[in-house]
Amino acid sequence: MKPLLELKNISAGYGEQKIIHDISLFINGGEIVALMGPNGAGKSTILKAIFGLISHTGALFYQEEKIIPTPSQIVKMGVAFVPQGRRVFNNLTVEENLEIGGFSLNDEEECRRRAKHLMHLFPALHAKKDAYAGTLSGGQQQLLSIARGLMMQPKLLLLDEPTLGLSPKVVKEIFQTIKDINKNQKTAILIVEHNLHSLLPITDRAYVLAHGKIVVSDTGPNIAKSDILERVFMGKI
Amino acid sequence: MEYIFHILILVSIYGILALAQNLVMGGAGLLTIAGAAFYGIGAYAAAILATKFGFNIFTTLIIAPLVAGLIALMVGSTFARFRDDYFMLATLGFLMIFNTVVRNWESFTGGSYGIAGIPKPHVFGFVFDTPLSFVFLAVVVLLIVTAITYFISRSSFGRVLNAIREDEDALAIFGYKTSTYKLMAFSIGAALTAWGGVLFASYLTFIDSRLFTVNESILLWAMIILGGIARNRGALLGAFLLITVPEALRFIGFPVDFAALLRQCIYGLLLVFLMLYRPKGILGKYKL
Repeated sequence: MKPLLELKNISAGYGEQKIIHDISLFINGGEIVALMGPNGAGKSTILKAIFGLISHTGALFYQEEKIIPTPSQIVKMGVAFVPQGRRVFNNLTVEENLEIGGFSLNDEEECRRRAKHLMHLFPALHAKKDAYAGTLSGGQQQLLSIARGLMMQPKLLLLDEPTLGLSPKVVKEIFQTIKDINKNQKTAILIVEHNLHSLLPITDRAYVLAHGKIVVSDTGPNIAKSDILERVFMGKI
Repeated sequence: MEYIFHILILVSIYGILALAQNLVMGGAGLLTIAGAAFYGIGAYAAAILATKFGFNIFTTLIIAPLVAGLIALMVGSTFARFRDDYFMLATLGFLMIFNTVVRNWESFTGGSYGIAGIPKPHVFGFVFDTPLSFVFLAVVVLLIVTAITYFISRSSFGRVLNAIREDEDALAIFGYKTSTYKLMAFSIGAALTAWGGVLFASYLTFIDSRLFTVNESILLWAMIILGGIARNRGALLGAFLLITVPEALRFIGFPVDFAALLRQCIYGLLLVFLMLYRPKGILGKYKL
């Protein structure tokens, strides 16, 4: 199987300071892949480098084609990014937030149609479609943020800490949603998460990072069985 | 009665200015002090076109916003890299350059003597020389600006501007080039502001550079913030209140000079108190 996205020896960071070093990883179409590791390991930095929000050295391949991504290009190629902290537009309504996500379609009619379709998929959003996003609960905002990312019907969805600050019950719902998106729409998902127990059962594979480097890559269940996460999180690696 | 017409004309002109600058400040969240500069560019364009070339009001109402819009496009494309406070400082710099240029380019702008004898607006033989006819002209332009800003704030373009105000970085994630949108808002705002300048110059029939200083920009800020930032209705209400309430000072019997100074104090204090106690303004939904 040819990977959908492949990173070869990617290093990136902010200005002179490199956060990630020589990262090589791949995601196949339809897979759920997790990036795990303690704070500051460089998980979010990898997502930002893939999306072209920060510059990188090394090579990035999308559908076997080498790319130097910028956000506006990579959105059109079929990659969507759901940023950390939800980042919904508080003073726009739920429907308007969704429509903002469909900008690259350049087709208002289609944009509205997709927004309606997504609200149909997520009834919690439909019930609040005219409410300002700032009035939604944390879980609903996260749902909105994910739905907004789906407006372009991406082949690959990058999720940055989608359950940060949510209650355990809501965390479960969000993971169920992610699983459903993956199953029903065949969307590949690269997810950065700290909720390891909820995450590992739904992932196909996972990469464990420490100090900006990949220390282990394996299937979700194998990582769950091993003591690698404990060692990484206790600072033993 | 003439006095009431005078007030109505001023309210209409400042209504136009406040609506136009609200598009930039409220709509896109760009804090600009360049409002007075584009107001001045409109006024000078009208004055020069009318006195030197004898153009009628319709022609100046078309040319002045084009001039202001083009200048905004040029300076705005360099300002696009600045954000927040830096953007505000850049616009302040632009206003100061504008003031220096009009004060010193005597052959073109009349320098510190200004331009006098601007003819009353005329078109096809009709002269707007009575206060009532000028009220009519000013209100028509105000209605057009109201319609344009209303249309923009309801459009998808307006929605993107609002999103820029909320979280510009998050917009980049969906493939938006936010600098283009900001530049468009800045230029459209400048073009509409120029209309206020055209009306002002042809109403007063005299202009000089002292009429378009940072004080005017701050007055526009006060109007927008008082009425409620990002609300078109708010900008109109702010313009109405800040023109009519200080006019009332005349009737209390202060000497004219003192009343003028007091007015500046009122604007300043009003901004401070609004920030402290009602940052959303009267009709506003958002804080600055």
